[in-house]
Amino acid sequence: MWPVTIPRNPDEARPDEATLLERLRAGEDAAYEELVRLYGPRLLAVARRFLRSEDDAQDAVQDAFLNAFRSIDSFEGQARISTWLHRIVVNASLMKLRTRRRKPEQSIEELLPNFLEDGHMTNLAAPWRKAGEDEVEIAQLRGLLLQKAQQLPDSFRNVLLLRDIEGLDTEEAAQLLEISTAAVKTRLHRARLALRELLDPHLRRVAE
Amino acid sequence: MNCREFVDFLMAYIDGELPEAERSVFDAHMVDCPPCQTYLETYKETVQLGQDLCRDSDGPIPDEVPERLVAAILAARPRKS
Repeated sequence: MWPVTIPRNPDEARPDEATLLERLRAGEDAAYEELVRLYGPRLLAVARRFLRSEDDAQDAVQDAFLNAFRSIDSFEGQARISTWLHRIVVNASLMKLRTRRRKPEQSIEELLPNFLEDGHMTNLAAPWRKAGEDEVEIAQLRGLLLQKAQQLPDSFRNVLLLRDIEGLDTEEAAQLLEISTAAVKTRLHRARLALRELLDPHLRRVAE
Repeated sequence: MNCREFVDFLMAYIDGELPEAERSVFDAHMVDCPPCQTYLETYKETVQLGQDLCRDSDGPIPDEVPERLVAAILAARPRKS
């Protein structure tokens, strides 16, 4: 067991985090190991959402920790360590993705809803079944959502991941992706429409 | 307004970014078009699913980091002289 507990809310987290920070700044080996073991799993989960290869995801986590170690002295401790590390690993994942993007991007058009000439939907919307409390079902749903999000073209998927899954705001996403806030909004809407279409056959409530 | 236009402006509607006049047209379309009401609900559920399922800062801890990765990170860390 490690002495630092998983942060549950900022008030609980800060005293432990302050101690951990002090030990990191003092260069204590055990503190570095604690940081990696405590936050590594969540960082790896984030990197895996952006990067399709496990090797790339692990490389991004390694890059993120090394960046964090290098800037530990300038971290002011006003944000939670988890928030700070989250931003660093998102950035490292996007950097890694940029080095991997070689193929021309597929169009999102074929994933968007279809309309008749008069503007009506080709496929009328039907209500979705609700997710239960069952952990297995929730895990399956999470897997389905991430699998379908992977089918989106990268430039749309990245906006969706940043905004709807990683919880960044429009300005932060625009800055990280080096695009305008208007482009973030347009891509986000189209990514959500496409993801809705991909999820629909799996979540449509079957008539009783 | 038709269903295509309804879908085009969905996000602006949800985010409260439509001017009052356009919002009224949007609301009127929803009253007349139950499938678009359902579409709006499932669009919101798509967004909510991502937020509920994947923002795991307080959720269960994912699998551990492979030992090989932990060792590589710690070996590469800069040390204070």
